[in-house]
Amino acid sequence: MNFFNLIRIAYKALQRNKLRAFLTMLGIIIGVASVIAMVAIGQGSKQSIHDQLSSMGSNMITVLPSSNLNGGVRIAGSSFQTLTQKDIVALKKAQYITELSPSITSKGQAINGALNWPTTIQGVSPDYLDIRKLSLKDGIAFTEDDILTSAKVCLIGQTVIDNLFPNGENPIGKVIRFNKIPFQIIGILNPKGQNAFGQDQDDILIAPYTTIQKRILATIYYQNIYASAASEQVTDAAVSEMTQILRDSHRLRDSEDNDFTVRTQAELINTLSSTSGLLTVLLTVIAGISLVIGGIGIMNIMYVSVTERTREIGLRMSIGARGKDIMLQFLMEAILISITGGIIGVVLGIVSSNLVTLTLSWPTIVSESSVLLSFVVCAITGIFFGYYPAQKAARLDPIEALRYE
Amino acid sequence: MSKKILDIRELKREFQMGSETVRALKGISFEVEAGEFVTIMGSSGSGKTTLLNILGCLDKPSIGDYFLDGVDVKKLSRDELAQLRNRKIGFVFQAYNLLPRTSALENVELPLLYNREISVSERRDRAIHALEAVKLAERLDHTPSQLSGGQQQRVAIARALVNEPVMILADEATGNLDSRTSYEIMSLMQELNSQQGKTIVFVTHEPDIASFSSRTIQLRDGRIQKDTRNTDQRSAKEVLAGLPITDDY
Repeated sequence: MNFFNLIRIAYKALQRNKLRAFLTMLGIIIGVASVIAMVAIGQGSKQSIHDQLSSMGSNMITVLPSSNLNGGVRIAGSSFQTLTQKDIVALKKAQYITELSPSITSKGQAINGALNWPTTIQGVSPDYLDIRKLSLKDGIAFTEDDILTSAKVCLIGQTVIDNLFPNGENPIGKVIRFNKIPFQIIGILNPKGQNAFGQDQDDILIAPYTTIQKRILATIYYQNIYASAASEQVTDAAVSEMTQILRDSHRLRDSEDNDFTVRTQAELINTLSSTSGLLTVLLTVIAGISLVIGGIGIMNIMYVSVTERTREIGLRMSIGARGKDIMLQFLMEAILISITGGIIGVVLGIVSSNLVTLTLSWPTIVSESSVLLSFVVCAITGIFFGYYPAQKAARLDPIEALRYE
Repeated sequence: MSKKILDIRELKREFQMGSETVRALKGISFEVEAGEFVTIMGSSGSGKTTLLNILGCLDKPSIGDYFLDGVDVKKLSRDELAQLRNRKIGFVFQAYNLLPRTSALENVELPLLYNREISVSERRDRAIHALEAVKLAERLDHTPSQLSGGQQQRVAIARALVNEPVMILADEATGNLDSRTSYEIMSLMQELNSQQGKTIVFVTHEPDIASFSSRTIQLRDGRIQKDTRNTDQRSAKEVLAGLPITDDY
């Protein structure tokens, strides 16, 4: 008996009891559909977190001043002043870094005529826009010349525009005041929305760092240094290179701890992804359990079917079916049920994932691996749960089976 | 014409029922040549069913030899027996044993599905041919529930013919049928025997049916009581013609 015959025989047998075959399939259909949909939702949320973090610049490296022992007392990093112009000059020689920007921020009140809005002004170099993947909707960015002259120019975020220019006038060229210092608006930032932590990334003014240092804060220190690694792959190399440069620049002895911290986005991405990865695993386990239940349903029905069709088995044996042929027939029936159920389940899973995206606007990603996996699991389920009933059928004695009432 | 289809020598079959040994067959010898129409008769308990199972290669003798078309059945494994049944025996059962909700054609094709040497088109051709031989050429697509008892048994006979067996083995094949339909079936059997030279072994307990065969083997208590050539073989066709036509189906 060849393979094609086998499928034909199994298909015909199932066709004789369509409703039962379908009901048996239902367990598998629901199991597979839920695996696909659950994994799609899990992957979707993982991807959206990743995308959001990447939109901040996935190869971004941040240097923060960190606490250090100072006469036995640890001092909070943010109040510690270690990053200076000297560090920037030293870091410019680093080979794995393509862009570099100091950063210094100040909170204050932005004022336009009678309107005012509490916001943050951030002083950076022109590289900063590239590092953070920021772009301008309108106007121009400031240049190195503006840095040198500590020019009173700024880029403005959408939230600040909404509050200071509520009537829709074009803010470019307008002068607003921030902590009594007038700033001319030269560019408008494209809105970025909230970041992964719910902070409004558009509630900001961006100006040359020298301007903030000299005209607002009167300090020579930076709060952060931002840099871009040449690519995401060399981020680790860039981090160790920067660490070494900064240690040299700060004249730290080998026994001394770093007085700064170098962070990458990868760490953050990993942390958040692993949380959502855990969610995916949990959902998959639940869906997997329903697949097993579907499999038990198949086993149950196959047992009933073997008993019910004892005479048929006896007849098939008497006209020349070997135990192996009977076994393969019942196994094939179980596999046909599970595979057909699997196909319908995959389709249903994809449809319901899309429905979730459409109605709830949750991002979903139907991954090929989850489709493939549920398919393989289905086939295995069919073989595993179909095996014992099939074996029972194959071991029947044809004489007794023929006389079975 | 004198080819031996069945060759049975000192055949015994014992069953172990708990601590007791039941001796169903106590030493049976006979031969059947090609083209014979043999009926095996006997009351219940005579060993008829046991002999039938052995003749049908569903069971093996405890002692003694059984050659089917020259093949020593005793030496074969379970799978080899299945193959032997597939190639050399055509079964006809009392309860027809057709697959429900399956067309006559597909029922007849069934034995050929277990013969890997036969192609899809040949399978179909041979099934149609077999159904023509039992005069059911117009009922190819009918399922068993759409056929009368006699028609169902004719489908079963077609299924027994389709693999061109050396022997048709019928087990009370007329047991579920009224006498008119029984004669129709016997008429068909005689036709297959005389015109196509099919060897037929027919197990029955009705002397009326046995009178249509060319030879009768009478079993009693696991032994052959009588083995007689039927010199006065009746023609089922004539009997059928002699029946009063009461119902016209």
